[in-house]
Amino acid sequence: MSIQLNEEGRLKHFLTTEGLSRDILTEILDTANSFISTQERSVKTVPLLRGKTVVNLFFENSTRTRSTFELAAKRLSANILNLDIARSATSKGETLMDTLWNLESMYSDMFIVRHSDSGAAHFIAEHITPNVAVINAGDGRHAHPTQAMLDMLTIRREKNNFENLSVAIVGDILHSRVARSQIYALKTLGCNDVRVIGPNTLIPKDIESLGVRAFNNMQQGLKGVDVIIMLRLQKERMQNALLPSESEYYRLFGLDTHKLAMANSDAIVMHPGPINRGVEIESAVADGSQSVILKQVSNGIPMRMAIMAMAMGGQNQDRQEQAK
Amino acid sequence: MTLPNVNTLLEKLHSNLHDEFPQPDNNIVMIGIHSGGAWLAQTLHQKLNIQTELGLLDISFYRDDFSQNGLHPQVKSSMLPDIEGKTVILIDDVIMSGRTIRAALNELFDFGRPQKVLLACLVDVGQRELPIQADIVAHTMPLTSSQRINLSGPEPLELSLVTLNKEGVQA
Repeated sequence: MSIQLNEEGRLKHFLTTEGLSRDILTEILDTANSFISTQERSVKTVPLLRGKTVVNLFFENSTRTRSTFELAAKRLSANILNLDIARSATSKGETLMDTLWNLESMYSDMFIVRHSDSGAAHFIAEHITPNVAVINAGDGRHAHPTQAMLDMLTIRREKNNFENLSVAIVGDILHSRVARSQIYALKTLGCNDVRVIGPNTLIPKDIESLGVRAFNNMQQGLKGVDVIIMLRLQKERMQNALLPSESEYYRLFGLDTHKLAMANSDAIVMHPGPINRGVEIESAVADGSQSVILKQVSNGIPMRMAIMAMAMGGQNQDRQEQAK
Repeated sequence: MTLPNVNTLLEKLHSNLHDEFPQPDNNIVMIGIHSGGAWLAQTLHQKLNIQTELGLLDISFYRDDFSQNGLHPQVKSSMLPDIEGKTVILIDDVIMSGRTIRAALNELFDFGRPQKVLLACLVDVGQRELPIQADIVAHTMPLTSSQRINLSGPEPLELSLVTLNKEGVQA
């Protein structure tokens, strides 16, 4: 049985979109949709997680993800503690487990974990005290499931379904935890045409085993797509000789108005941020009418509220089972 | 046990509310609690000729049994007209523990500060767990703790009696 689910099959950790059923992913989307309406009110908080303690455990820096998790926790009335581990305990030589045991001793109910090592959130979920929920906020190259789900929410709100969509993910697929989580989610939700586009050096060799098609030519890959997801190009990849140069990359794989014209006229343009203008996307496209990049940011809050509320609900059920 | 006819009870609720509020008044807001209360409120709102828009409250995000039952994924968005300084008539189908009404009042006050809140329910089945009473009730029928009354609808509206087994599941 998956470590992410409790005995009744409900979510209790959220570590990856891989292996979760279509029902669970749809339930997450529906729940997030319900929270959107509360975000438009003058009083935006609901009392669902009142009295719970949520710890933002960021071993790797991220302003946007951390702040949307913080806002989501606050809008659920939870208490949140932000720990910038990158600059504190571990740099003094404390092991990961020691850090965790210390935090557990403060009676936390949920850990939001970001770590540069793949599998870190999973490791924590395996070793943590029962009844503490773990949410993966990005681990190495492995997964970034809350980002993928907020992207699915954005797609569903714009396009209403997944079955008849063609979706292209463009850029550094090899190092992207976002792309991997998106591919699993898209396939599970019924999307039949998922394409990845990038230079051969940045596309994993076995990618087609996930049921996606790989393209090295962006014009060809974008033909007739409904959704274009651009990935951020991490500049350090240049130094590893995986790429010729920034300008060469932009010429081949940057999304400009000419390449965008290859997609359907009502195609939407997405990007998990932060964007590098002129490196992977032209400003006119990022700010254009087809861009939903800022909607993705807005959807991040209700999506994270939904995942936190569901995981805490699943933990509480478990707690009651054990009490019986 | 024979259950009363919903339309008869609804008519009684209407006439009691009409006695209380005989004239159309811009200061009155009617709010139905999802789902049964909302169906009843729809009819009552029309019959009483209430001038302000009908409100809908889904209290799922305010429930106190979230930790036991988790969250229902399809929560309707609560839609309320301006309630600041208004007289609010809250409509629900069945009043039992009083927890739904407590949650509804909590949510209501997140939207504004009404001048007065009244509660009208179709059936009062007793079994209260909180000091909350309805102002207007069409029918009283005390139940045991293993019994529930459900309103199904919206068309036709019907009451049914449900008996729960020891695990709290419908027998």
